[in-house]
Amino acid sequence: MTQLPPVPAPLSAESEIEPEVAIRVRDVVVGFGQKLVLKGLDLDVRRGEVLGFVGGSGTGKSVLTRAILGLVPKRSGAIEVFGQNLDELRGAQRRALERRWGVLFQQGALFSGLTVLQNIQLPMREHLQLSQSLMNELAMLKLDLVGLKRDAADKFPSELSGGMIKRAALARALSLDPEILFLDEPTSGLDPIGAAEFDQLIATLQKTLGLTVYMVTHDLDSLYSICDRIAALADGKIVATGTIEEMLASGHPWVRAYFHGQRARQLALPQA
Amino acid sequence: MTSLQPKEPATGAPQQNEPRVSGESSPDGTRLLLTGLWTLERSGAMEAAAGDLELIGAKAAAHGGALLIDLAGVAGLDTAGAWLIDRARARLAQAGAVVEVRWAAERQAILLDQAHYRSFEASAPRPGSPLVNWLANIGETLVSAGRDLVAGVSFLGEVVASLLRALSHPSRLRPTSITYHVENFAFRALPIIALINFLVGCIVAQQGVFQLSRFGAAAFAVDLIGILVLRELAVLLTSIMVAGRTGSAITAELGSMKMREEIDALRVMGLDPMEVLVTPRLIALLISLPLLTFLAGISALFGGLLVAWGYGGISPEIFLARLQNAIGLNTFLVGLIKAPFMALVIGVIACLEGFRVQGSAESLGRQVTASVVKAIFMVIVVDGMFAMFFAAIKY
Ligand SMILES: Nc1ncnc2c1ncn2[C@@H]1O[C@H](COP(=O)(O)OP(=O)(O)OP(=O)(O)O)[C@@H](O)[C@H]1O
Ligand SMILES: [Mg+2]
Repeated sequence: MTQLPPVPAPLSAESEIEPEVAIRVRDVVVGFGQKLVLKGLDLDVRRGEVLGFVGGSGTGKSVLTRAILGLVPKRSGAIEVFGQNLDELRGAQRRALERRWGVLFQQGALFSGLTVLQNIQLPMREHLQLSQSLMNELAMLKLDLVGLKRDAADKFPSELSGGMIKRAALARALSLDPEILFLDEPTSGLDPIGAAEFDQLIATLQKTLGLTVYMVTHDLDSLYSICDRIAALADGKIVATGTIEEMLASGHPWVRAYFHGQRARQLALPQA
Repeated sequence: MTSLQPKEPATGAPQQNEPRVSGESSPDGTRLLLTGLWTLERSGAMEAAAGDLELIGAKAAAHGGALLIDLAGVAGLDTAGAWLIDRARARLAQAGAVVEVRWAAERQAILLDQAHYRSFEASAPRPGSPLVNWLANIGETLVSAGRDLVAGVSFLGEVVASLLRALSHPSRLRPTSITYHVENFAFRALPIIALINFLVGCIVAQQGVFQLSRFGAAAFAVDLIGILVLRELAVLLTSIMVAGRTGSAITAELGSMKMREEIDALRVMGLDPMEVLVTPRLIALLISLPLLTFLAGISALFGGLLVAWGYGGISPEIFLARLQNAIGLNTFLVGLIKAPFMALVIGVIACLEGFRVQGSAESLGRQVTASVVKAIFMVIVVDGMFAMFFAAIKY
């Protein structure tokens, strides 16, 4: 067996010895060729919170997510997840950590050669020792949880609509009951009712499983309804973090434009 | 009712974190005490413990009395654990026991509710006798082969129509695109095709000289090389190489465009994929393959000449003089005439298979393989038909 770090009991908050901060990003620089996308970025994601991550298109939100996940090399800086520096983790430790996060990619990234059910079971099959029948049941349960119909189970990704792909990909991200959930624009491509359900689902999962959710989003509704804190990215740095009220009070021009724009104002009105 | 107070959960050693079940009977019924981590971290042990839970529960229920599943000692719970516990509860209840889950923490209760037991009626795989399945497979294969043929012919018709349209409106010919593809299909393929033909020329010459010298007819090796290379080998080897190299590339390219809806994008922009994608590639192939065949023939003859000289002692002057006697313009033309037909066969199969790609990466791989295999097969079939044709007209 791999020497797993002492497992935190997700439900007994008293016995928590691990740090408050789930993801700590310090002075991270990422670039492609000549162009720097992230220029010394700092970010903390606290345990058990839903962090909404906003920024204009092409500012590097996906790039930061990929850098945290180790998919894009960084030029300098440090990234810690659960207090472990990612650069120092090797082999089994790294895999143990990867089991503790689930990722919903912007395009879903479902395996096209596998059915939805097989997609959800793939991580279980690789990491766990469960009987096939239990894996089937758990995968179906995840499908139910994300609000997919049961007949979607045997479909291939190419036969799904955009919103169904999102849900199936979320079900796969949840298949190992991770502690951190990375979501890259989870509600884009969903109808408003579906998006609200999705938000609610994430909020419920976050409460019951004690999930930490890192959510890249453009969806103001999500920011208002489920995000505990918001971080805004502009010019390769975090220019503002805080609750929605703090964002509304921010003086940064882009943040002002974002939270006081035409669409934002309609949402903000009832709160004002 | 003191017996129903929750037990103090054991803490400390990691052993304690293993999911466990213990039964405890009392006059009121049986308490099933769950301890440890009921999470996927302990996947195997948790599934086993859930089995125990059902067993112990069923046994206790047989003695009568209510069952109480006590969650107070559960150190951690996730959806999988909640599912297993609630599944055990539901199954025991189904068997007629009175079951109650108690002392769940607030979050555990929400979790148990979220992951409450529901049956997923398994979509059982269609049973059937192996014989029937086997026959059905044969039938499906035959039908799909028939469909292939029909699709191929109708695609060929479309291709020819679009080629003719392009030729009658030269302004729609897209010279840039054609030049680009000729560079890819011919110019970049030349080194490897020339090399392969050169080597085959060498081998044919060596075998020719070696075998024929036993009859004192080594000089006839030149006739052998000239006729074999120009009539058959050059065009056949070139076509097979092009099918493998260019045919697969065309299928992969069109297939991935199909997968990403790029072809649909062309269509909705009012562009005909046939005209934009297929025709330039086919015209480029029609230009490339004869050129390559010609150069392949030269390079094979050159290889033959070198080996005949070095191994068979036939000097280049004699080689060339004999070659002139042995072959006529017709020998050369027989090879070259076949080239455009081979190009058409390869191009049509490659494009057709490319358009057949469905959404998955796997299907792309399958279609590329099919394209190469079918193209090589058809190249050889067409070559055989030409051999019969030329023999019949004594050309
Ligand atoms: N592999 C790559 N090579 C070169 N440049 C890249 C690469 N990936 C991203 N970039 C660049 O990095 C910048 C940030 O891209 P990123 O995908 O992170 O944007 P984003 O903030 O997620 O935008 P969106 O909201 O549209 O998804 C863009 O300018 C993009 O061109
Ligand atoms: Mg992005």
